[in-house]
Amino acid sequence: MAKPASTLSKKAGEFMGWVDERLPVTQFYNDHLAKYYAPKNFNFWYYMGSLALFILVMQIVTGIFLTMNYKPSAAEAFASVEYIMRDVDWGWLIRYMHSTGASFFFIVIYLHMFRALLYGSYRKPRELLWIFGMVIYLALMAEAFMGYVLPWGQMSYWGAQVIINLFGAIPGIGEPLTEWIRGDFFISDATLNRFFALHVVAIPMALLVLVVLHLAALHQTGSNNPDGVEIKKHKGDDGIPLDGIAFHPYYTVKDIFGVAMFLLVFAFVIFFWPEAGGLFLEHDNFVPADPLVTPEHIKPVWYFTPFYAILKAVPDKLMGVMLMGASVVILFFLPWMDRAPVKSIRYRGWQYRIMLGLFVIAFIRLGILGMSEGTAAQTVEMRIWTFVYFAYFVLLFFLSPKERTKPVPDRVTH
Amino acid sequence: MKKSAQKLFLGLLLVCFGTVAQAAGGGAHLEHSEVNVRDLAAVQSGAKWFVNYCMSCHSAQYMRYNRLSEDLELTEEQVMANLVFSDAKIGETMDIAMRPKDAAAWLGKTPPDLSLIARSRGNDWLFTYLKSFYQDENGGWNNTVLPNASMPHVMWQLQGIQKPVYVTHDGVESVDHLVLASEGLQTPEEYETTVRELVTFLDYLSEPAKLKRKSIGIWVMLFLSVFALLAYALKAEYWRDVH
Repeated sequence: MAKPASTLSKKAGEFMGWVDERLPVTQFYNDHLAKYYAPKNFNFWYYMGSLALFILVMQIVTGIFLTMNYKPSAAEAFASVEYIMRDVDWGWLIRYMHSTGASFFFIVIYLHMFRALLYGSYRKPRELLWIFGMVIYLALMAEAFMGYVLPWGQMSYWGAQVIINLFGAIPGIGEPLTEWIRGDFFISDATLNRFFALHVVAIPMALLVLVVLHLAALHQTGSNNPDGVEIKKHKGDDGIPLDGIAFHPYYTVKDIFGVAMFLLVFAFVIFFWPEAGGLFLEHDNFVPADPLVTPEHIKPVWYFTPFYAILKAVPDKLMGVMLMGASVVILFFLPWMDRAPVKSIRYRGWQYRIMLGLFVIAFIRLGILGMSEGTAAQTVEMRIWTFVYFAYFVLLFFLSPKERTKPVPDRVTH
Repeated sequence: MKKSAQKLFLGLLLVCFGTVAQAAGGGAHLEHSEVNVRDLAAVQSGAKWFVNYCMSCHSAQYMRYNRLSEDLELTEEQVMANLVFSDAKIGETMDIAMRPKDAAAWLGKTPPDLSLIARSRGNDWLFTYLKSFYQDENGGWNNTVLPNASMPHVMWQLQGIQKPVYVTHDGVESVDHLVLASEGLQTPEEYETTVRELVTFLDYLSEPAKLKRKSIGIWVMLFLSVFALLAYALKAEYWRDVH
């Protein structure tokens, strides 16, 4: 028997009882942390989810401080960012955390998505989980795109010009649609103002709601794991999965370590390499936006360049836009395209390993080519990798049902 | 087995980035500026060159004079006496008297503000640019790094006058290299140092936080290393009953 509780802890217990009658705090804590059981065999790839949440919070907090000094007006935006960089106490640190955070958000999200491809995390019964994740990814792209316009540098301006003009390719409604997005006949103060509103209020709120849905869907099915086996199939007498461990404390302490390692890399970039050689902060964006001077070489930030390369690979603008759209939309259908009898790459056949390898190479090469000037040779290469990118999905659909797989263990391995 | 996926992934990354370098390139050959922004003496001398030679036409509108005093370890009196030639007060920004419209009328183009020039152009570009002015046959100034720039060679008295030696490739004439036709007040070595000091100042000017960013960063990294170690120890302790 336990010792009689001290007066203080008795009081605390009474207080929680009072709260729980009115708001199910303890139940929520148990359902999602203390008695939420996750597979015990998570590896490196499973840090990315908690890191993404960490970055989201960091972006919101640094964003709040940035808005205290940023001026969303075409006349003042560029100067206000420099004001933050020079005259606001620690403003440079907050700004670098935010700008570097944006790039790291995408690094972490891409690794998070790659994890799903490795271990079949999108497969039944986690289709909705994957779809919510994809919607988050779309919202994140919109958030990043509009955020990049706010410093009002040359690349902010002309990048926005190029991207918004893509909507002009849509037959019939194209031109009016671009005007509707810009709120003007060209990128102007009106555009900056509405992008600020969307970047600071609308999309972050949508992101938070989507993250809640993503986590709710995750906690409904439980996490997948590197073996791709369902831990809920083997439960002990107490109803707890035999291969499951409580999220708190086991994964909370593990994720704290993950955050620490992430911060080491993140801090290195912030303090020693904030421009990342022009990848995270582009050189041309240190020149104020000038509607009369077109930069020599307009390109989006690195996290959009794989899709931008697919756009550039197609000679026809409308077809290019459609193919670019398809390259993102097709990901939504992955749960139904992958029909292999097993989930995890550990037990899949050699075909899938080669296909996934080529897919990753295609994505990275397209990303690099998307930043390039686009010589004839580079355009040819873009077409090849665009073909490889889409071939992945087609081959997956047709080859996966007949894939020669290895026997999947009953329980998770160590 | 467990590691194979990770190895595969890392291997692919190497394959992808192995050929990145080829994509870059083009344009004039740039020299290495070898700028060290933490060389305070160089930043100070550079500031002096900047206010004497650049600020007749170029502003640094995001930079305050008292920030110079803070970062360059000069008293406010020293800054006012040596670096401020206008009626500006110590808390004001490094603006110029010339109005942009007038400048455009007189010089053909408004001279750009130089607050961020080192971030948009890069140190090596600035270093090479400032060394690459030459006088053409008509007596006008030109530059091999930025052909037909509207900027004249402001420091020609220091460097002297360079003349071009042309070379013809496939019927197209271009400048092969420059030779010093008449000597200036400084030797080529001295001029190179002057330019390096000026670029060092421009580098500082483009991001004043740079001076302390790295020294703070070392402490942050040290703190995080200790934190990561403790976090790992905590994780290992909890996970003992899992394995």
